[in-house]
Amino acid sequence: MTQKSIWARKDLLGLEDLSREELEFILTTIDSFKEVSTRDIKKVPALRGKTVVNLFYEPSTRTRVSFEVAAKRLSADVINIVAESSSIIKGETLIDTGRNIQALKADIIVLRHSFSGAAVLLARNVDISVVNAGDGWHEHPTQALLDIFTLKEKFGRIEGLTVSIVGDIAHSRVARSNIWGLTKLGAKAIVCAPKMLIPPAIEEMGVTVTSDIEHALKNADAVNVLRMQFERDSQDAFPKQLEYFKNFGITRERLEKAKKNILVMHPGPLNRGIEIASDVADGPKSVILEQVTNGIAVRMAVLFLVAQGRKKK
Amino acid sequence: MKLLIKNGRVVDPANNIDEIRDVLVDGLKISKVAKDINEKVEKIIDATGKIVMPGIVDMHVHLREPGREDKETICTGTKAALKGGVTTVLAMPNTQPAMDCVGSVKLLKDIIKRSAVANVFIAGSITKGRLGRELVDIDKVRKEGVVAITDDGNSVDDEKIFLKALKEAKKNKVLVVCHCEDKALSKNGVVNLGIISTRLGLRGVSKEAEYKRVERDIGLAEKAYAPIHIAHVSAKESVELIAKAKKKGIKVSAETAPHYFYYSQDALSGYDTNLKVNPPLRTKDDVDALKQGLRDGTIDCIASDHAPHTENEKMVEFDRAEFGTIGLETELAVSNLELVGRGLLTWPQLVKKLCVKPAKILNIDKGMLSKGKDADIIIVSPEKEWVVDKSSILSKSKNSCFLGKKLKGMVEYTILAGKIVYKCTNSS
Repeated sequence: MTQKSIWARKDLLGLEDLSREELEFILTTIDSFKEVSTRDIKKVPALRGKTVVNLFYEPSTRTRVSFEVAAKRLSADVINIVAESSSIIKGETLIDTGRNIQALKADIIVLRHSFSGAAVLLARNVDISVVNAGDGWHEHPTQALLDIFTLKEKFGRIEGLTVSIVGDIAHSRVARSNIWGLTKLGAKAIVCAPKMLIPPAIEEMGVTVTSDIEHALKNADAVNVLRMQFERDSQDAFPKQLEYFKNFGITRERLEKAKKNILVMHPGPLNRGIEIASDVADGPKSVILEQVTNGIAVRMAVLFLVAQGRKKK
Repeated sequence: MKLLIKNGRVVDPANNIDEIRDVLVDGLKISKVAKDINEKVEKIIDATGKIVMPGIVDMHVHLREPGREDKETICTGTKAALKGGVTTVLAMPNTQPAMDCVGSVKLLKDIIKRSAVANVFIAGSITKGRLGRELVDIDKVRKEGVVAITDDGNSVDDEKIFLKALKEAKKNKVLVVCHCEDKALSKNGVVNLGIISTRLGLRGVSKEAEYKRVERDIGLAEKAYAPIHIAHVSAKESVELIAKAKKKGIKVSAETAPHYFYYSQDALSGYDTNLKVNPPLRTKDDVDALKQGLRDGTIDCIASDHAPHTENEKMVEFDRAEFGTIGLETELAVSNLELVGRGLLTWPQLVKKLCVKPAKILNIDKGMLSKGKDADIIIVSPEKEWVVDKSSILSKSKNSCFLGKKLKGMVEYTILAGKIVYKCTNSS
C-alpha cells in the first residue's frame, strides 16, 4: 500500500459501524487487488502462512467459494467447516467453536450464520479476526461492498447515484448492508417491496420507501434485485410467486421506462421468472456476473485488511 | 439488643418524615424515631450524611428455587437482596414445580425457613403449571400464605378463566399480578418492533402485544370489581390505559423495572443479551412516559423483575438467549441516579415507590419506620458512586444489564428485624 492505512479493525462485522473514510479506503484497497485475478498466475503472497477458516452454519455455495478463492489468491491456507459435518449438531456453542478455531492458531474466521448478531457475538469472544459473511437478516457487508464497488467501476462515483433495492427487504441482510454503505457514501437508496416485506421504520435508516416498482425504477441509476426466498419462514406473511413477478419482477418492459443506462444487479442465486426476467438477467444492462468477479477482489481486500488490523493490536 | 442509628436523614414517607432523626431499635422492632435520642444501647451507627429508610419491598423477584438452583437459590437471591437494600421480596411462582398447589407452596416454605436471609413472600400461580387452563385452588394456597397470584411469564389467554380467577382472588383477598403479553402478537419477537428490530434484523414485539392485554385485563378487573396489579409496564400506551382506569376508579396498580427507565431500545445495538428482557426495551418516548407515570403516580412502584440466568444461557446468539436481567443489587442505585438524580422524584417519593406502595399493594406490614413495626431498615450513602462489577455481584447469576455502568447511591447497612445483616465493605 502506498496510501497510509486508516484501517485499524480486526473484524468486519457490518457496514453500519464504518465511517465514510473507512468505506472509501476499502474501495481503494479493492482496486489494487482486482488486477491480481487478471494475471496468468493469480496469486500474491499477502497472507502466506495465514489460516482462514470458513465457518458456515448456513448452506451457501457462492459466498463460501468466493471467500475460498479470495483467500487462496492471497496464499492463505483455507479450511471449510460446514454445520452438518461439525460438532455444531452436538450442541457446541458458537463461542466454544470459535475458541477452538483460535486454539488451532487460525488467523481469520469467515462466519455465515442464520442468527442476526452472530458475528458480533463471535468477534467479541475471540482475539482472532472475524469477517461477517452474512448473519441472519442483519448484515452481509462483503456483498454490499461488491455491489458498491461494481457501481463505482461503472459510474466512476457513488455520490449522487440513485440505487433501488427491490425485493424482500424485511429479511434481507444484503439490503441492510447496501443501505448503510450507499447512504454513507452519498448515494440515494430506495427500497421497493410489497408492504408486508418492508420492515417498520426503515425510513429512519435514510432510505425512501415505495411499493410502486415503476416509481422505484424511474430515476434509478441501478436496481439491485434481491432473491425472493419463497421457501422461507412460514410464520411471516408472503406474497404468491406469480403475483410477485407481475407486480415487482424486473422485466424489459419496465426497464424501458427507466434511465437508458440503468444497471441491473443481483446478489444471486437467481430465481428466473420470479424476481427477474431471464432476458434482463442475461441482457446488456446486467452486471450480475461482473459482481461475482468483483466479489473475489472485495474479499481479498477485506481479508487482507482485517489481518493488518489484527497485527496493530 | 438495642441499636441506635444516629443523625441520619430519616426518609419515612408513611409517617411524613424527612429530616434528621435518630432511630432506636429494640429487639426485632422499631422503638422510637426522634431527635437526639440518648439511650444506653449495645450498638450505635453514625448515619451522618446518610439516608435512613425502610428496607425495600421488591414485589417482582425470580428466586428460581425449587427447580433451577443453577440460576439462583432462595439463599443466594436473598443475600443479593440484602446487598441491594431489599429486605422483602415477592417470589414469583414460575419455579419447577410451579407454585400451583399446597404441596409446592409447603416445599417452598420449608426452603425459605431453612435458607432465606431476607423476608420472602410467596406468589402462587393462577393456573396449574401456569398453562392457563385450570385454576389453582386459591383458597387453599392462600391459607398456606400465598399473598398474590400470577402466571408471570404467561398471561391467562382465556378470558373466562381469567375472570373467574379475578373473582376467586377477590373473595380470598389475594392480589392478581398480570403479566400482560398477548403471545399471539408477540410471537417469537426478541426486541421492540420498529427501527431497532429493523436495524438489527431481529424479530420485533409490538407494543400492542403488551397494551392490548393491559386493556383487556383492566376491563376484566372492572367487570369483577377485583384489584389487579400490572407487572413490568414498558409501553407508553400501557401507562395511558392505567391512568385512564385509575381515573375511572378501577382498582389497578402498576410497577415498572429500573431497566425500562434507564435504557431505551437504542442500547441494544451491540446485541448484548443481558439487555434481552421481556417485555423488550422500548423507545425514548416510552421511557419518558414511564418516568412521567412514576412522577404522577400512574405507576405506583418500582420492582426489579430480578431474573437470573446462567452464563451458558446468555453467552449465545441473541435469538437463543433467555429473557431477563438480574436487578436486586442495582435497583436502588439505578432509581436514585435516574429519578432522584434527574429531579423527577424526591427521596420521599422514591421511598414510596420502593417501599411504601409495594407493601400496601401486597397488603403486608412493611415499608415504614413506625414504632412497633419490624425493624427492616437500610442506611444509604445517596451520593456515593460505584461501578457494577461482575465479581461483586452476590446473585448466583451475573446477568446484569448494568455491568460496567456507574451508578449512584450505595447501601451501607441493611438491618433486618433489628439485626445488621449486611454491611458494605466497599470504602471507595
